[in-house]
This record gives sequence, C-alpha cells and structure tokens, in this order.
Amino acid sequence: MTSFAYTFADSATMLRRNIKHQLRYPSLTLMLAGLPIVFLLLFVYVFGGQLGTGLAGHGTGGRGAYLTYVVPGILIVTVASAALGTAISVASDMTGGIIDRFRTMAISRAAVLTGHVIGSLLQTLAVLVLVVGVSLAIGFRPDASALNWLAAVGVLALFAFALIWLSAALGLAAKSVETASNTPMFLTLLPFLSSGFVPTATMPAGLRQFAEYEPFTPVTQTLRGLLTGGSIGTHAIVAILWSVGIALASYLWAVRLYNRRRAASPN
Amino acid sequence: MTINPAAPAICARAVRKSFGEHIVLDGVDLTVAEGTIFSLLGPNGAGKTTMVRILSTLIAADAGDIRVGGHDVAADPGAVRALIGVTGQFSAVDNLLTGEENLRLMADLHHLGREAGRRRIAELLERFDLTGAARKLLPAYSGGMRRRLDLAMTLVGNPAVIFLDEPTTGLDPRSRRTMWQIIRELASDGVTIFLTTQYLEEADELADRVAVLDHGRIVAEGTPAELKRRIPGGHIQLQFAEPDALQAAAGMIPNASPDDDQLVLQIPGDGSVASLRRVLDELDDAHIDVEHLSVHSPDLDDVFFAVTGHAATEATAPQEQEALQR
Ligand SMILES: Nc1ncnc2c1ncn2[C@@H]1O[C@H](COP(=O)(O)OP(=O)(O)O)[C@@H](O)[C@H]1O
Ligand SMILES: [Mg+2]
Repeated sequence: MTSFAYTFADSATMLRRNIKHQLRYPSLTLMLAGLPIVFLLLFVYVFGGQLGTGLAGHGTGGRGAYLTYVVPGILIVTVASAALGTAISVASDMTGGIIDRFRTMAISRAAVLTGHVIGSLLQTLAVLVLVVGVSLAIGFRPDASALNWLAAVGVLALFAFALIWLSAALGLAAKSVETASNTPMFLTLLPFLSSGFVPTATMPAGLRQFAEYEPFTPVTQTLRGLLTGGSIGTHAIVAILWSVGIALASYLWAVRLYNRRRAASPN
Repeated sequence: MTINPAAPAICARAVRKSFGEHIVLDGVDLTVAEGTIFSLLGPNGAGKTTMVRILSTLIAADAGDIRVGGHDVAADPGAVRALIGVTGQFSAVDNLLTGEENLRLMADLHHLGREAGRRRIAELLERFDLTGAARKLLPAYSGGMRRRLDLAMTLVGNPAVIFLDEPTTGLDPRSRRTMWQIIRELASDGVTIFLTTQYLEEADELADRVAVLDHGRIVAEGTPAELKRRIPGGHIQLQFAEPDALQAAAGMIPNASPDDDQLVLQIPGDGSVASLRRVLDELDDAHIDVEHLSVHSPDLDDVFFAVTGHAATEATAPQEQEALQR
C-alpha cells in the first residue's frame, strides 16, 4: 500500500472506533439532539405566537409563520450543539491512556483527529435528520426542491465541518474533559445573536452590526433562502468563505496542538 | 523495516532530559543486546518512565544519541515505531470497547487484514487467558486482566523490541507470576525486552542485565548476579538464647557480626538452602543451640545503599515533593 492508502485505512479504522463509541454510548448523541429540539418547541410554542405576529413579510403571521422562520436558526443551533460533542470526545481521548499507544505506533498522525472529525460530522448529520423530522412533525412545510435540499445539506455539512474542527482544537487545548465541555459553549450562543431567531433589523445598533457580520447569519440566511424562499444574495458566498476560513484555521491550530501535546504530558 | 543485525537493539549515549529546572536524566548510557531482557531498576521518580518515553519516541531528549534497532529516534521515529511495542506504566486501552475490539483496533492499525487479524486475535486471547472475557467491556476487567490485555495489544504487530514500564506494579502475587511467565516466553521467542521495575526480585527473576538508575544517572550495571555480589544486604539472622552461644557462634563463622544486646548474629549470604545447611550443620556439630533463624534477601533499599550510599526512599523524597507542588 502507498502511504496515502495507509493514511486512508488508518483514518477509516479510527472512524470505525469513534462510531462504535457513539453507538455504544448513545446518550451523548441524544443529549446533543435534545438541546435544539427543546429550543424548537420552546420558541415555537411559548414565544412563537407573539414573535410570528411581529414578523413582517413572512406569510400571514402567527405561530405557523414563526415556525417557518425559525427552523433554519434551529438547524444551525443543532450544528453548533453537535460540535460540542467533538470537544468532549477529543478531550477524553487525549486525557486517556490509549493516545500514547497510538503515538508509539507507525500510524498516520492525522488519523486520530480525522477519525474524530468525520465521526462527529456523521453524528451531526444524524442529529440534523432527527431535528428536521421533529420540525416536519410539528408542521414545518418547506417549499424546497430536491436540489435546494441538497444545497442546504451541503451548506450545513460544510459549516458543521468548520465548527467541528474548531471544537476539536478546543478539545485539544483543554486540560480536562470538564473544560472541554465548557469552552465551546459560546458556539451555541452565537445563533441567538444572529438572524436565526429574530430578524437582525429588530436589534439595537451595535448588536445589529455584530449579528449581521458574524458567520451564523449568512449561513442561516442561505438556508432560509434554500428551504422556505427569500433572497440569498451574497449570503451564500459569505457563508462558504466563513466555513472554509474557520475550517482551515481550526485545522491548522488543531494539528499544531496535537503535535505539541506530546512534549507536555507527564507520565 | 528490520533491525540492523550489526547494531544492538537499543543503544543510548549521554541522554539528557530536564523538565524546566528539574534534571531528570543526566547523561544516561544504555546498551541492550538483541534478544535479551534488560531491566532498568530504580525507585519511584528516578526517571524510568521518562527514559521509556524517550526510547519509544513519545518525547524528545534534550541531548544524546539514541538508536533503537539501529534507527535514530529523533531523525527517523517512523522506523523505530514500526519495530517497537510499548506497554506503558498506565493502562493504554480503549475503555469504551471490549477486549476483543481493542485487539481488533490494533490488528487494523497494523494492516493485518481480516483473516490474519482474526487468527492473531484469537491466538492472543487464548494465550493471555482472556477468551472468556473477550466480549466484555473494559470496566468489567480486573487489574490483572487489564494488564494482560494491554500487553496483548502491544504484541498484535509482532514487535521486535518491547518496552514494559513497571509491568507488575500493583498486581497481586499470582498475576505477577503469570506476567513473568509471559515475559520469559517472549524473550525465548527472540524478542528484545526493555523492562523497568522497582523490585530487585523482578529484575533478578527476569533480566539478563540490570542497570540501576538514581538521580538521573546509571549508578550500577551488570548481570543480576554481579549486582547482587555488590550488595551486602542479604544475610541470615540467627537468634540465640544465651550470650555464650552467641559468642561461640560468632567465633566460628567468618564475617559474622554479633549484636550482644539482641543476642543476634548476622551472617552475610544469599540465603540459599546450601549455605543455611552449612551454617546450621557447623553449629550443630559444635552443640550450639539456635533459638530462631530468619533470612533477609536483599531488596531495592539494599541495592541503593550498596551502590549509592543512601536509601532508595531518601533518593526520591525531594523529587516527589517537587512533583506534588506542581
Ligand atoms: N512532563 C513532565 N513535566 C515535569 N516533570 C516531569 C514530567 N514527567 C516526569 N517528570 C518528573 O520527572 C521525574 C521522573 O519521573 P518518571 O520518569 O516518571 O520516574 P519513574 O518512572 O522512575 O517513577 C519525577 O520527579 C517527575 O515528577
Ligand atoms: Mg514510572
């Protein structure tokens, strides 16, 4: 086998290991799915009636209109929440003993991290399916074509890939699993400071500028355009640039942390 | 990748390593011949694990020339990794998998292929007496089972050089015997074994050569027999009822040191049955009654006292304190 074939085979082995972990201990996956579902139900049934009336230009108003508006926001909460799982699983791997065994074996350096990242990506997609299912069950009616759906999945997957690498880096940077489960929390907050839950135009100046320029807004707007109509404009390209930028920077940071960690760990 | 037959399996020259101000290895030289068992003996905090981590490419030395199987660990860690297997001081298993899945993971990472992998796993489970627990998750394993699985995982890739960092610390005497048996079998298959231990007895049982590590330096090196010859700690202790008997016995036996207050006579020796019999026969012939006899076999403390002039426990005290302060 060539060295590329080895890298691929080792990454696949690590991926199988991570999927085995997820299947054997599904509570983490369920917890990651729980948060966006609770937000969905909370926002639609508690705040939705009132918020929907305030939406201009989104159907006839009311709870139904808000459900249509909020689902893209919920989908990016899902992505952000699922990324938390990566930090936790990476950190618990790094603080456990088996990582030292991997480091003394002739296996591709990237394989351990690749296994985590791809495993988390598949986990995120599974959680997204669950969340979309619940949305449909409570009355979400997108008017998207199959091609639009495909594009939406692509946008979500790319954004998830970026946040997962970021979360992997945060997991590597953390000294303990505890810290690792806390530091990426800000990711689940950012969707609320975007156009995910209310239009940015309703926010006070300052907060509005922040909301308009942070990465979650263009991703949400692109999804909204693809799933329920509305203009996408430059949002798609901005969303893609953000995703690629975050993924690249986080990847480089993660690899650096992974290679440096070997000098620092006692025993 | 193979071992260069001309070179020793492990060769380290002037290895230095500090963590901040703390000098852990201060110019260590080691040579391990292919197919032998080498034991690095030292108390807690001596730097054994640090040495193993350097030799197994986990951390870099600050200075020194280190070759494993003829390959430089700094310049060509990949070639070294292809040769070695490491069972660290702390368990290196995947706790979320079963024993069998852990071995499967190793087989896949060694690219053994489906069929060869399956055979190797079955063989190792059998050899390490883990077949019954193969499908159990790791939390259900005892300490001894965990250690055996750890070693089995190390062996999946048929390494030519194996590092075992305190393989029996914390094991009950029976598991320790089992582990010793396994290590001997590996050596008889021609595998080179680098073993660290805190127990003189263990080094004596297993090793072809022993090096004693103290304060970051090798203070003694040789075969276990050579080492033990330098240790005055092993002795027979005879207890007498009468001061006269003690004096008479002390007069008869060379090198014996009497303690008049305790009525005890210490006789240097290894405690072998032959030497005991000789002493007792001599005393019997002279009609001297012995109340009580005990044998003291040399331990790590005796080694340390003999080669460094201080006790093993004293040697670690300041380092341990530093470790706690961090
Ligand atoms: N990563 C590290 N950072 C700082 N000090 C360390 C580190 N690793 C080991 N030490 C210190 O080096 C000394 C030797 O440790 P170690 O090699 O683990 O000894 P042993 O295995 O013989 O018990 C100890 O005092 C320990 O505290
Ligand atoms: Mg140690």
